[in-house]
Amino acid sequence: MLRIVPVYPELLSIYADRGNVRVLAQRARWRGIDVEVTPLALGEDLDPARADAILIGGGQDRDQALVADALIAQTPALRSAIADGVPLLAVCGGFQLLGHRYVDQSGAETPGTGLVDLETVAGRHRLIGNVVVDVALGGATHQMVGFENHAGRTTLGSDVKALGRVRVGRGNNGDGFAEGCRVDRVIGTYVHGPLLPKNPWLADQILAWACEHRGLSAVLDPLDDRLEMAAVTTAIEVARAQQR
Amino acid sequence: MTARTAAAGRFARLAGTLSRSAGRGGGTTLPGRVFLTLAPTGLAELASALSDGVTVVSATNGKTTTSAMLSHILGADREICRNGAGANLMSGVVTTLLQRPPAATMGVLEVDEAALPAVVTGVAPRVVALGNLFRDQLDRHGELEMVADRWRTLVAGLSEQTTLVLGADDPVIDALGADRASVIRYGIDDPGVSLTERDEAADSTACVRCGCAYAYDAVYLGHLGDYHCPTGDHTRGTLDIAARHVRPLGLAGTAFRVDAPDGATEATLPLPGLYNVENALAAIASAYALGVPTATAIARLATFRAAFGRFERIAIEGREVVLILFKNPTGANEALRAIAPDLPGAHVVLALNDQIADGRDVSWIWDIDLEGALDAAASIVCSGRRAADLAVRLRYADVPLDRIDRLRETDVALDRAVADAAPGERVYVLATYTAMLDLHRQLADRGLTEPFWEERR
Repeated sequence: MLRIVPVYPELLSIYADRGNVRVLAQRARWRGIDVEVTPLALGEDLDPARADAILIGGGQDRDQALVADALIAQTPALRSAIADGVPLLAVCGGFQLLGHRYVDQSGAETPGTGLVDLETVAGRHRLIGNVVVDVALGGATHQMVGFENHAGRTTLGSDVKALGRVRVGRGNNGDGFAEGCRVDRVIGTYVHGPLLPKNPWLADQILAWACEHRGLSAVLDPLDDRLEMAAVTTAIEVARAQQR
Repeated sequence: MTARTAAAGRFARLAGTLSRSAGRGGGTTLPGRVFLTLAPTGLAELASALSDGVTVVSATNGKTTTSAMLSHILGADREICRNGAGANLMSGVVTTLLQRPPAATMGVLEVDEAALPAVVTGVAPRVVALGNLFRDQLDRHGELEMVADRWRTLVAGLSEQTTLVLGADDPVIDALGADRASVIRYGIDDPGVSLTERDEAADSTACVRCGCAYAYDAVYLGHLGDYHCPTGDHTRGTLDIAARHVRPLGLAGTAFRVDAPDGATEATLPLPGLYNVENALAAIASAYALGVPTATAIARLATFRAAFGRFERIAIEGREVVLILFKNPTGANEALRAIAPDLPGAHVVLALNDQIADGRDVSWIWDIDLEGALDAAASIVCSGRRAADLAVRLRYADVPLDRIDRLRETDVALDRAVADAAPGERVYVLATYTAMLDLHRQLADRGLTEPFWEERR
């Protein structure tokens, strides 16, 4: 049984992050893989032995501050899951919470988990729009599409690699270059939409890692993704039009 | 009126006339933009021409229907100056006031959530009716909390002469009435129509005062319901105007009893869905604040007709086509719930655009509870610029791939559904704002419905 663990979905799912959960679970089911979604609720402790993929979404600033302390308390469990090969996908607010801290407009600091060497400072303007990002993963380069909407400007530590390179959009700190972060199986990104429905290659990569962690075959049967490809074509078209 | 304001008004009206005669549309915002450029502080003067005062209506969901209902109630006694969804930003409000019917003595203005503070400051309304705040178009409005904060500041600075009408079922809205004398709270009070659990899309579930999760004795839609904070920090306020004994009648509408300070009245609302009960309560409460007895308002609502894309029914080749606007998860969930009893055998067209008025970010379709919702439909067509996004969403809701049709143009998709339907069968169109607007125009060209901007007059 594959277990997908969305973290605090009650408060961290502002940009339809539950779509990511649904896509992972469905793509497992369609391949005949037994799968269970076991959300981590506020006040509960993460059991790293009972997680094969962990997803952290984004929340409103207020909700994010409410969960920050609770999430920090889960850091040792998250670390142990990651060390054990469990993939972790963190989107938007979740991406920020991977880092050391978030500094808001007034200069006040909210600490993060420090799982990845990065930090975020609130910018004056929100960075909003459709994005296209080139991502090299699993021996191929993919076009990752979606939407970004963040006030935070995220800076990666010198040893942390970006997830991809921005083709259209603003990226981590607004300079239109680096997007997200990746440390082995830990992926952070500002791209939602949600992320996985229009990027099935990424969903399948996370699923393959999850299967491997559970001791199942990491070679996944192909699925008919023609609708997804049509949605990607539109997304790229819309992003390019917005660029002009 | 100062000479400058008067001249700006004449010039702005002329610009609108020219725009319309040049075939460039209804000019629902152009005169306002011209006026504001020429007379930036002229709004108060324009509004004061309406001697019986202005009511301002805002909410994420239901502001168009609520203001249409209120205008319908008030319009029986006098001429009303009102705007519509296409003109609910500052420029549209000013345009509406510039083009007020000469005999109008009262204004009903629907106002966009973000534009509300500036409009209220300029207009000095007699009544401000605030219904709800849902997560909506994050790319345009920012987070719900940011809008809520602006509303808190707005209410704190509101004159005591202004009556505040509040949707108490929404905790964020209810809390706006704390420490204020002239408040009328409305809401639903009937555990019999409570959902068994909150929608996945529910917002504002954390107490406005202490941040802990609200406990709900009843949930009506999204995060609206009968709630209290377990620590006692915040409980839904006492309802001045309440809907009780609520009985859904399918597409025919909803029956309920209204308990108000001036007595109890049985109501039959010719619009389906609990959210229309919320809208009706907002209109009844606002009318009550303006001196209309609740029994009178309720009697008038029995003849209310649907606003643009709000369960509008038109006939095409003997098929009944029902037009439903959707724009955010909660509205979509409610619409799906309202059509569910009549869905078996019906045909469905979904249309998703991503213009600014629709929300450029289409993420929200993943927060709609679509799982199983359309299984009973005879056919489903996805349309709009983001038709493929809808199709992907349906796929993950386990709709078989061979049941998902895609046609980018909404009118072509509707033609397909009408052709698939037998005479007498029904076609539901759920479309985002600009997709509905386009469809409306095309249907108007075929003589099937009135052009949008004429309806708005």
